[in-house]
Amino acid sequence: MELVTAVGIGVIAAAGVWLVLRPRTFQVILGLSLLTYAVNAFLLAMGGLTVGAPPVLESVAAPNAAEHADPVPQSLVLTSIVISFSMTALYLVVLLTSRGLTGTDHVDAEEPA
Amino acid sequence: MLDFTSRGIGGPITGQLVDLTPHLPVLPIVLPLAVAAFMLLLEERRRIFKAGLGAATTAALVLVSFVLLNAVAGDADGVIVYRLADWPAPFGIVLVVDRLAALMLMVTSVLALASFVFAVSGWAIVSPRFHSLFLLLVMGINGAFLTGDLFNLYVFFEVLLAGSYGLLLHGSGRARVRAGLQYIAVNLGSSILFLIGAGLIYAVTGTLNLVDMMRVAADLQGQDATLFRAGLAVLSVAFLTKAGVWPLSFWLPVSYPVATPPVAAMFVIMTKVGAYVLLRVVALASGVPDTGLVEFLSPWLLYGGIATVLFGSMGLLASTQLPRIASYATLVTAGTLVAAVGTADQRVISGALYYMIGSTLATGAAFLLAELVARLRPAEPAADAGVEPVFGDDYETSLQTDFEGYEVGIAIPAGTAMLGGAFVVAALVLAGLPPLSGFLAKFAIVSGVLSGGPELSPEAWVLAGVVVFSGLATLIALMRKGIEAFWRPGDENVAEVRSLEALPIGILLSLCVALTLFAAPVVTYLDATGAYLADPIEYARSVLEPGP
Repeated sequence: MELVTAVGIGVIAAAGVWLVLRPRTFQVILGLSLLTYAVNAFLLAMGGLTVGAPPVLESVAAPNAAEHADPVPQSLVLTSIVISFSMTALYLVVLLTSRGLTGTDHVDAEEPA
Repeated sequence: MLDFTSRGIGGPITGQLVDLTPHLPVLPIVLPLAVAAFMLLLEERRRIFKAGLGAATTAALVLVSFVLLNAVAGDADGVIVYRLADWPAPFGIVLVVDRLAALMLMVTSVLALASFVFAVSGWAIVSPRFHSLFLLLVMGINGAFLTGDLFNLYVFFEVLLAGSYGLLLHGSGRARVRAGLQYIAVNLGSSILFLIGAGLIYAVTGTLNLVDMMRVAADLQGQDATLFRAGLAVLSVAFLTKAGVWPLSFWLPVSYPVATPPVAAMFVIMTKVGAYVLLRVVALASGVPDTGLVEFLSPWLLYGGIATVLFGSMGLLASTQLPRIASYATLVTAGTLVAAVGTADQRVISGALYYMIGSTLATGAAFLLAELVARLRPAEPAADAGVEPVFGDDYETSLQTDFEGYEVGIAIPAGTAMLGGAFVVAALVLAGLPPLSGFLAKFAIVSGVLSGGPELSPEAWVLAGVVVFSGLATLIALMRKGIEAFWRPGDENVAEVRSLEALPIGILLSLCVALTLFAAPVVTYLDATGAYLADPIEYARSVLEPGP
């Protein structure tokens, strides 16, 4: 499971990096989205990969940490999803504004000569 | 069934007034947030009320910062820890006010007050919701200075960045949208790096509290220690990008000059947030010397800082417009500060902090001055004059770039003379010439660098040389601009300077002068800060000990 997760995150991140370095704003925003997906999955994996383990304590009297998933990365991911989603939405608006003002979708706001 | 009353919750409410003093550390975050949220409910038309409310808020922040500064200066420990909801440290969120954080808060709030008052005199109305965005930016900056844990640092970074995205685009126009497009992409990228670094560090240490993180790091072995270093390195790249350290600084000179003047003035403090976090991390790492983390980070900071100062100096020499000059001066300051952190020498750091205060205020003033100086020769029309809104919005003020009919304050006489005087003061501080604070600060840095033992390393000579050279470059750039703006004969106008525009510049520059006149208490405070940063035990103990 670790290998599959690692390779998956790696492939998504690599695709994201490649797209961010492209000259068109639409490619950049797709790249940024892919990168944030990869980072969110990465953050979640940082708490250790477990299957079927609840993050909330079931027994307060005799808590057993080994039976539970780490809740901290899950809450971190929640925060980072919200933030990266809203930032991507904002970038989308700026992207469209730039297209409207300049008539081109190049990141330099002008076509290369 | 939960019994609230036995836990002291929901008991009988006594009629006593709550003593607010222990809650002062949270005010620099809560106050701008609450006021910004409230302002969103007000119509754009009520701009006079909004302006007054915002000015009152920023003035209140100056007051709060001053009280906090006094509290930590008079305190033996010099640390005030605020535990949110009173949760103990590694588990709960802590806000920490120490000498360094209080200093940064003070500089931020003074700069915020000046920029806001300047904005109210005109620029605030060219796009909607300026006041809220501005206060949110201030909230994010304050939060980043106060927070004691990594993830809240991320959140506050995002808050300040979100505010800055909106403010950079404020006023719209082709140049700003183009700059915004690149600025947002770069900062989203560095936020991603921040998360990767924070994730790696959490995976190894199992904590997000900065102090606890270093405590655990002291015992890490083998693979874990390597992973921790990797996480710290990725994290540092994110901070270096925000600090504008070469070669991660190319976003700065394209975005700052096109921002509206009051926004650009406020942005000056943002590069210092990155440098501040690096200083904080290095200071905490010096508490665990066995890990070798300081030796791991310092060379990068030192060389990166030196390269940034050189890059900034080259940029200064190549710039002819005042906003560009001020942007490169921002880079020079950031580079000097980061290089000083890289020396890990408390005398150099306290000198660099002194330099940072003066040059932040002076650079802010220079950005504000830029607009007024440009009025002297309204020769070249702006390339993006007459911008139409791209999206229909619910605000009724159409975009306007001249402020006819909305001129707050009276025109003051002898505007040109006042501009010239202000320009000279700003130039003296930035270039580091006597008699003003810039000179004292550069002297402190160079003397700190050169008194590092009988055998001076080549790096020390290079750093001292570069700091002096950056002063020369600043002087040449500003002198050229000054001659061009004030002395060149021709069709100059009489500068119209209104009182609300003169006031913030006056505040910033008279503070620079005051910083020179009252150098003794300031330097004493900063020396205490430097000594305190070199020995982070007090900070660590205050954060981790159980609350009273």
